[in-house]
Amino acid sequence: MNFSRAAPRKGENFELRADLNSEYRDKRKDAIKRVIANMTVGKDVSGLFPDVLKNMQTDDLEQKKLVYLYLMNYAKSQPELVILAVNTFVKDTDDPNPLVRALAIRTMGCLRAEKIIDYLCDPLQKCLRDENPYVRKTAALCVAKLYDLKPELVMDNGFLEQLQEMVSDSNPMVVANAVTALTDIHVSASSLPPSPETEKAFFVITQTTLQKLLIALNECSEWGRVAILTALARYKAQDDQESEHICERVIPQFQHVNGSVVLAAMKVVMIHMRNVHREDIVKQFTRKMAPPLVTLLASPPEVQWVALRNINLLLQKRNDVLSNEMRVFFCKYNDPLYVKVEKLDIMVRLAGDSNVDALLSELKEYASEVDVDFVRKAVKAIGQTAIKIESAAERCVNVLLDLISTRVSYVVQEAVVVMKDIFRKYPSTYEGVIPTLCANLDELDEPEAKASLIWIIGEYASKIDNAGELLGTFVDTFVEESYPVQLQTLTAVVKLYMKKPDSAQAIVQRVLNIATKDCDSPDVRDRAFIYWRLLSADPAAAKSVILAHRPPISLARTTVSAALLDELISEISTLASVYHKPPETFIGRGRIGAEDVQRLAAEQEDEGMTRKALQTVAAGQQAENLLDFDDTPADEGRASGLAATTFTSTPAAANLLAGTSANPLDDLVSIFGGSGLNDTRGGASNVNGSPFPGGVMSPVAPASAASPVPSFSPGVTSPTQQKPQEDLLGLF
Amino acid sequence: MEVLDRLRVARGLVARPRPAGSPTTAFFIFNQKGEVLISRLYRTDLKRSIADVFRIHVVSNIDVRAPIITMGSASFFHVRVNNLYVMAVTKNNANAALVFEFCYRFISIAKSYFGKIDEESVKSNFVLIYELIDEIIDFGYPQNSETDTLKTYITTESIRASPAAVEESSKITSQATGAISWRRPDVKYKKNEAFVDVVETVNLIMSAKGSVLRADVDGHILMRAYLTGTPECKFGLNDKLVIDQSERGMSDAVELDDCQFHQCVRLNEFDSDRTISFIPPDGEFELMKYRSTSNVNLPIKVIPTITEVGTSQVTYIVSIRATFNSKLSATNVVLRIPTPLNTTTAECKVQNGKAKYMPAENVIVWKIPRMQGGQECTLSGTAQLTATTHRQAWARPPIDVDFQVLMFTASGLLVRFLKVFEKGNYHSIKWVRYLTKANGGYQIRTISNVWMSFRSCLVMCRAIFGRKGRTTSGASLIPRN
Repeated sequence: MNFSRAAPRKGENFELRADLNSEYRDKRKDAIKRVIANMTVGKDVSGLFPDVLKNMQTDDLEQKKLVYLYLMNYAKSQPELVILAVNTFVKDTDDPNPLVRALAIRTMGCLRAEKIIDYLCDPLQKCLRDENPYVRKTAALCVAKLYDLKPELVMDNGFLEQLQEMVSDSNPMVVANAVTALTDIHVSASSLPPSPETEKAFFVITQTTLQKLLIALNECSEWGRVAILTALARYKAQDDQESEHICERVIPQFQHVNGSVVLAAMKVVMIHMRNVHREDIVKQFTRKMAPPLVTLLASPPEVQWVALRNINLLLQKRNDVLSNEMRVFFCKYNDPLYVKVEKLDIMVRLAGDSNVDALLSELKEYASEVDVDFVRKAVKAIGQTAIKIESAAERCVNVLLDLISTRVSYVVQEAVVVMKDIFRKYPSTYEGVIPTLCANLDELDEPEAKASLIWIIGEYASKIDNAGELLGTFVDTFVEESYPVQLQTLTAVVKLYMKKPDSAQAIVQRVLNIATKDCDSPDVRDRAFIYWRLLSADPAAAKSVILAHRPPISLARTTVSAALLDELISEISTLASVYHKPPETFIGRGRIGAEDVQRLAAEQEDEGMTRKALQTVAAGQQAENLLDFDDTPADEGRASGLAATTFTSTPAAANLLAGTSANPLDDLVSIFGGSGLNDTRGGASNVNGSPFPGGVMSPVAPASAASPVPSFSPGVTSPTQQKPQEDLLGLF
Repeated sequence: MEVLDRLRVARGLVARPRPAGSPTTAFFIFNQKGEVLISRLYRTDLKRSIADVFRIHVVSNIDVRAPIITMGSASFFHVRVNNLYVMAVTKNNANAALVFEFCYRFISIAKSYFGKIDEESVKSNFVLIYELIDEIIDFGYPQNSETDTLKTYITTESIRASPAAVEESSKITSQATGAISWRRPDVKYKKNEAFVDVVETVNLIMSAKGSVLRADVDGHILMRAYLTGTPECKFGLNDKLVIDQSERGMSDAVELDDCQFHQCVRLNEFDSDRTISFIPPDGEFELMKYRSTSNVNLPIKVIPTITEVGTSQVTYIVSIRATFNSKLSATNVVLRIPTPLNTTTAECKVQNGKAKYMPAENVIVWKIPRMQGGQECTLSGTAQLTATTHRQAWARPPIDVDFQVLMFTASGLLVRFLKVFEKGNYHSIKWVRYLTKANGGYQIRTISNVWMSFRSCLVMCRAIFGRKGRTTSGASLIPRN
């Protein structure tokens, strides 16, 4: 090597250039490989464009592919130079070797440089009519590539009509790719503002196409089957009979070895089954769905997870699908956590009188595993089972007592939270448990568990002799506790006062004093003032408000609204069905209208169980603000869409934080200025990180009556107002 | 033309969503450090820097709790294999099952090409991998992914585009797209032979008391067909397909809960009259997969007695029994018996095989090379524990058993017949082999309820001595008097 040369004439690229122009073929090829290797690790080798291009004209297929790979990567940045390659491409599309022809047309479509596009039409025209099916199927996809770049060229050259003809091709693979290309074009056309041009590009499936698709379905490759099944899912059947016919033709695909084919077939059957009204046929179809769904559980964990999320949806729609199959969802020790959590959820869904014993002993096993998250979920599942199956509630409570006796801190805490729900569902049934729970008072260190236990004490204050003493300990440390615990302490003490007015007067005065004077949460302060006013103004009204009858809670059969469920069923096996969210929420591409926003707002209500999925999305959206990796320039349409999605999912992100930060309210309060955050609605309590997620489950004090009376609370703006407080104090 | 112009303007302004299609936008392979080994973008709506996002959020994140992560409008699907991440990115409501199936297909193709898939093999074959992924995905849509067909035209030696190759290519392309994409028409063998292997994997979850919580069989029927021409095959098993649950209870028939077939099997014929007929691919392929959950014959029974003696010792008595016919034998029996994390040494005595404590995995591995049917072996041992400040109780993972038993099927499945039809005087020889094995899914739990109460005593003792367990992180215990 000669080190004395000028700067631009040394370095790796210089060496590569020399080798690319070498007279030896092997050396040239080796150099191309090194160029590709550099390209892969992200080094800029675009400067070698002309030198690489020289090696394009070769009869070595491998070398040709390498050069093409290079071209595809840099064509966009070097459009003038790509022109030089056009000749070779066009020549190659006339090559006697079909592999070369297909390669040329495939690569030309990928170059994505305006200059070369105009030269693409003629060869593409030729390849679409090629005698070789391999070339035809490659050309079919190339039309979609062209549409993506310059739709008018596809329209002007009649490529669209040709594609539609190709749906009747004799070769199943060509049919599949024609369907794929048409769907791709349909999708991009439907995202554009409507015009006659875009409407022409829509892929309408007629009855004749339907027949063609059903025939090709049995013959093409697995991926082709998925494409065809996706198209079939869009078809609107003319009548019941046709729907039945489609289902019957698609059901054999349940036996396919590829999980995505099975799920795509499920989707078609679920959609078309809506039109089938004969009970026996529906039953027969449903029965055939169970075995393949169970088989999907033998797939690799990732596929399994997708399947489980979809099974969860299917069960919400048709709870009879897997009624006898709970055992297959038992967790294996080495299942990944995400699979285990999903299995737990499904097991609770499938729980019934007949299998509840097996389920409980299984859940008890899980509660002794290592992963804290999973253990908590298992304990929670025991509570859900108790709420779901009344006859098994007692057994569930016994299991929970067993778990509490292990004294493993997080198990005990979760069990206490769960017991609170059980008390909500079966009031005054399991009072015998209360002493055991109270005995664990010292073990509790998590706000949610503490708040739950305090709620229980307040609720059953009349039956617990030392309720005042127990609550007293919490009043002593009132200011140190987190806000949810403060709120519950406050309410519980007031309840105690209602039930035992004589003995509890001192404590209630003390807690109201602390809450109104020393507490820095407006929420707690407000509630204290409201109680204070109520107690002093009209004790009878206070009693009817504070000790109001609460409707019993029940386990929601669905986690999403009925309309959304139907939409998600039509999206089986896609991301939407995995997240249990409509696609707009995570694609975030400026397509959210007022209607969608409304619907989204409605969904916030039944967030509960699907929160986790959204958290991932929300975290992602935040990440996108930091890392703008989008190629397309930001524009108005997009921005508004993002803004919309970010807004709706931020509370969920806050929820995510709520798990770790001690005072999630701090942040929220500073955002909302402390107003309108009364912990009064179930939905609100869910959003602001109170200890009772899920509207139905929250045993919030019946302060709903208090929400319309903000004027009652005088100390919101100036907590040091002395006068009204003195008046109130005088009343006691 | 005005319309077109407007169209173009509109396209320039509005970002293009793809809500319903399912193309893969990009495909990457990363090593463990998050370095890009392979990167291929299929659409222009992403930059290569998307790889950095994945590295930050998945590779360097120790707490990844889902295989899909959505960041903004891009979703990352990843599969870990050996020391690699195989990752696909989509920018829409992608078909999640398809993307993962595709990732796994890629892995199996790579394995079949390079023998294994790891950083080294990817690095040394990157040219071939680029060639492969361009062939199996076009514009983000998976294309032909049959390994046998791919191997005919994507090879480690480069193909010259000679005139002779043209004819060959025509054949290849028609095979790659044909209705029988899995078979070349001109197959010739001197001797027509077909080998059928029935391989069953038993999955078991058994409680410590010996009751079966879950037992099922994943069966694979593998076939190696060396047959001339394009023969038509018919295949019969002693199955009674449980499509109608009410028809249960046939005598010697085996109930298969579900079965799935290689794409060569005519699914509609199977759906109508339960015949398995097909034209086999040349060479080795998986004809069928099935699942059976009823009457599973468990070939190996394990009875563990694990006792924690104080806090310093755990004693083990584990006996294993082969329950099958004494003419058969199990080979490569490996038991993995869990030990607490704070084990210092473990002593084991065994009559058969070898037992060794593996500190890195926290298990005692007991290997028995061969066990005759009916035979019983016992391991007795003790693990010594160190005192520890880590107070979380030992979670007691299950005992895991791996084994192989030849000429035995746990489901009781037998091949009744395999008929081969082809024109002319056609003779064929058929061989059948059975194998039952367990591979990580044969688990015997070691937690008994007796132990649960024992553990609670232990924790209570600690509580009495003032060493209150506080295993949760985060909130601190506020002293209260």
